[in-house]
Amino acid sequence: MLIALLADIHANLEALEACLAHGAARGVQRWIALGDLVGYGADPQAVVERLRAMGALCLLGNHDEAALIGPRGFNDVAAAAIRWTATQLDASARDFLRGLPMTLREGDTLFVHADASAPGEWHYVTGTRDAARSLAGTDARFIFAGHTHVPLLACTTATGRLSLHKPTPNIAIPMVTLRRAQVVLGAVGQPRDGNPAACYGLFDSTRLECAWMRVPYDVEGAAAKIIRAGLPEQLATRLMRGR
Amino acid sequence: MPHRGRSIGGFEVGDPLHSGGMAFLYEAQHPDHDFPLLIKVPRVAEGEDPAAIVGFEMEQLILPRLSGAHVPRFVATGHEPLPWIAMERIDGVSLLPRLRELPLGAEEVAALGAAIADALDSLHRQACVHLDIKPSNIMIAKSDGRAVLVDFGLAHHAHLPDLMAEEFRLPYGTAPYMAPEQVMGVRGDPASDIFALGAMLYFFATNVRPYADPQSLKGLKQRLWWDPMPPRGREKSIPPWLQEIILRCMEVEPARRYPSAAQLALALRHPEQVALTARAEKRARDPWAQRLRRRFNPEYAPQLKRDLPGQAAADAPIVAVALDLDALTDELSAALRRSVQHVMSAFPGARVACLNVLKLHLIRSDMTLDEQGRNKHLGRLIELRHWAAPLNLPEARLTHHVLEALDPAAALVEFAEVNRVDHLVLGARSDSVSRRVLGSVSAEVARDAPCSVTVVRVRG
Repeated sequence: MLIALLADIHANLEALEACLAHGAARGVQRWIALGDLVGYGADPQAVVERLRAMGALCLLGNHDEAALIGPRGFNDVAAAAIRWTATQLDASARDFLRGLPMTLREGDTLFVHADASAPGEWHYVTGTRDAARSLAGTDARFIFAGHTHVPLLACTTATGRLSLHKPTPNIAIPMVTLRRAQVVLGAVGQPRDGNPAACYGLFDSTRLECAWMRVPYDVEGAAAKIIRAGLPEQLATRLMRGR
Repeated sequence: MPHRGRSIGGFEVGDPLHSGGMAFLYEAQHPDHDFPLLIKVPRVAEGEDPAAIVGFEMEQLILPRLSGAHVPRFVATGHEPLPWIAMERIDGVSLLPRLRELPLGAEEVAALGAAIADALDSLHRQACVHLDIKPSNIMIAKSDGRAVLVDFGLAHHAHLPDLMAEEFRLPYGTAPYMAPEQVMGVRGDPASDIFALGAMLYFFATNVRPYADPQSLKGLKQRLWWDPMPPRGREKSIPPWLQEIILRCMEVEPARRYPSAAQLALALRHPEQVALTARAEKRARDPWAQRLRRRFNPEYAPQLKRDLPGQAAADAPIVAVALDLDALTDELSAALRRSVQHVMSAFPGARVACLNVLKLHLIRSDMTLDEQGRNKHLGRLIELRHWAAPLNLPEARLTHHVLEALDPAAALVEFAEVNRVDHLVLGARSDSVSRRVLGSVSAEVARDAPCSVTVVRVRG
């Protein structure tokens, strides 16, 4: 089955729609949003509605949680954005977010927003040590996560070492040969790896292959909405730079 | 040979072909495939090196991604009951038996080297570096003499996770041929394969391995500061051009080697065009004091790790410019030069081959044999050099070729094919009447060439 993995949409409706169209054209059968549906972007309500309407399976991210209970450990910009976000969500959207699970386990695969060892702690997985901790926290063979906004594949070798790989856009990596792996998707709605194109994952659960797809979208449109909403300007400019 | 007669993944395992340090190879059969097959299974007995499995899994990842005539065709892979890979069985022999015939003559060394460089070029263009180029990993196909690379257990593919990257217990590679950067743990530079090929050509030409076969990391590191005896110091008959090529391949710093395997192949196929430097004349190692200075001077730090923004082959294209000297106006000549300059300024590793086709006539097809023919050939070369002079390119980035052929378009296409030209630049015939009567060479070349073609025309 072809599964689209949408991480860190961050209320960017333009980026989400571009990824949905891109995935649909490739025959995606199932949509999973790996947390941080809202925060930063100008369309939190519309993004939540869109995902609910299409029946996407959604997980909770730290920004979704903060939209409900207030920011904790956020920087000023993120905190300002999440306070604004809280005012934009209606009761039904808030209920939906409140009901989101932290993790989803299917066979030997675990879906989670950040690290698998302590999903509610929101640890970043950017290096060997983080990946090792995350993998040690579960018996799942594959972990799919987001949170860092930077694509990464960490996999264990036959000798138990962890190897880090920076995925090449749009090129599928066969996972059948990998012992265990932590897949970190890039962000749909706020890429930070220097490439402003939206990033989502295409996971073929039958062939066991994963690709980090890059999709161009109307960045200017999304940025203009952020400015118009009165959100901090740097949230708009960083979309242009992809940083 | 424990697997013979069994069935693995639907493949019937036949006679053993090879029992290597890391894996067993068997003949194999499968009803769906009617070409010769082999199946490869790792050695995984108790106490055997688990790194052998890492290498095997690396090959399982990489081989399905590779294609073309210079790698065995991938058929299938699986993990039950043990990991295995089924692939095409190449009808040919490895270079290992040739070692008994060493030293080989310069021409044969160059021909073998060019065939291997072709294979490396094909691999490098697929974003893969072999990292274990040695005689036993190169098969020469019986049918057409092409080189086929085997065993991707140490290879690195830019688009796949590198499972070997974290195996730092040893600098994995084969001691006599391993590039200095590989000794220091740098994986993924195509220049490492060019170094290994250079070390192999050194061995072929002299019957001596340039660095012997060190077994310790200390011994391996010696190649960072200890320069090998120049081939001509061992074998006087080796021509300067071959020494120039071999020693350039074996430069300590990757950036000082050939910028691509295709450019190396071009040099090996055109010895007379090799620009000779001090490397060609060297007869002895650097003096002791110099070697020791390199060894103990903390400021001697060769640049072993490079940023490789794209594929080396794509950043160091071979540009061929075809000049119709009989119809070359000053305007067209300048326009062609500008066009070449644009490409050269975009790619600092690019090199230019200036071509002219000397048209042969069926009736006097032996013209080259007589004095007049030789003079004509030489005259064309001089004119090509004259055209290229304003480009101000160092000799090593420029070659000149007069092709003798009945059909100019076919000759240009063939040159581009054989020499892996990336970009062919040629002028359009200005006069539309002659274009109609004689046909357009540029249109034919643009249609048939295996590469990008730029047709330069002066706006009237």
